[in-house]
Amino acid sequence: MIIFGVAALAACHLAGVILGDLLGSLLGVQSNVGGVGFAMLLLIFATDWMRRTGRLPAISEQGILFWSAMYIPIVVAMAAQQNVVAALAGGPIAIIAGVGATVACMALVPVVARIGGQDAPLPPLTVQEA
Amino acid sequence: MEIVELLAKNGLVFAFVVIGVVMWISYQLSDKLSAGRLHGSAIAIIIGLFLAWLGGTITGGSKGLADLTLFSGIGLMGGSMLRDLAIVSTAYGVDMREIRKAGVAGATALALGIIVSFIVGALVAAAFGYTDAISMATIGGGAATYIVGPVTGTALGASSEVIALSVAAGLLKAVLVMIGTPFVAPYIGLNNAKSAMAYGGLMGTTSGVAGGLAATDKRLVPYGAMTATFYTGLGCLMGPSVFYLVLLAMFGN
Repeated sequence: MIIFGVAALAACHLAGVILGDLLGSLLGVQSNVGGVGFAMLLLIFATDWMRRTGRLPAISEQGILFWSAMYIPIVVAMAAQQNVVAALAGGPIAIIAGVGATVACMALVPVVARIGGQDAPLPPLTVQEA
Repeated sequence: MEIVELLAKNGLVFAFVVIGVVMWISYQLSDKLSAGRLHGSAIAIIIGLFLAWLGGTITGGSKGLADLTLFSGIGLMGGSMLRDLAIVSTAYGVDMREIRKAGVAGATALALGIIVSFIVGALVAAAFGYTDAISMATIGGGAATYIVGPVTGTALGASSEVIALSVAAGLLKAVLVMIGTPFVAPYIGLNNAKSAMAYGGLMGTTSGVAGGLAATDKRLVPYGAMTATFYTGLGCLMGPSVFYLVLLAMFGN
């Protein structure tokens, strides 16, 4: 059933966020540390185990793939509720600090990505994937 | 008037229609005007941000289009709950070996991303006359993300004016990353799992990275999101402690 896939995804999400919150309070920060990342790792391990033991039929898989396919529309909805007005109203300090940090960090991407050898680019997108 | 009420009552369902229309228009524009060179998703995110600006200008609120009652469902659809669920779902089918291989690069990116943002923010703050360690650490935090700034500022007791500046710097960074990623991607080699992990760690803003990578190549999303998710927490940890103490030792209060 599709709900089994959705439920597995949701359970991993919650378990990851709880872990991230625990780590945050262990470190003494009022913020979640890595919750979504832990959730992703849990999902990778859980679904790999389920698949190997035949507990993840294609129909259950659809419950996870649906949310994955909804990712871009959800991100567009996220963009539509950003505080863009405040972002533009910060004056020169906010603009220079924001732009400066963005540009400086973007410039470092090729440097950091070279650690441990350069990776080959992904193959071009097929029409269906795009 | 009744229709508006009805749509507001079915907010999430109406949001699916609105975002569906935005996506359709965006992919048409991508095809017809840019011959597919600019991704439909990149255009959709830019339209989303424009709508957010419009909503913010009309209502004076802080949640863009979602502050209009009619579009309140956008707030649920694009809120952190469903966004994080969708991000987690993109990890399905990810190859664990890719992540392990890029582990060192990802961790380095996180440390560098936080340090460089703090330094840039603190320098800009000092250049504009905010030479006390508290203000420099707060604006430095804002240059990291719009959450690190106010958390650092509140912990250190910064003025509300400085905290507002730090939030604005962080918001601008998130918007810039969302819009700019697909344009800079070819120049910084952002086309594989490892560079995406480096990117997530260096930029750090979850919404920025989530949007920027979606507009570039959806297959990169899980790798970038994986590292970006640690950024804000680590930034909140380091801002009021290590960075403040270093700035205090260098500049005094």
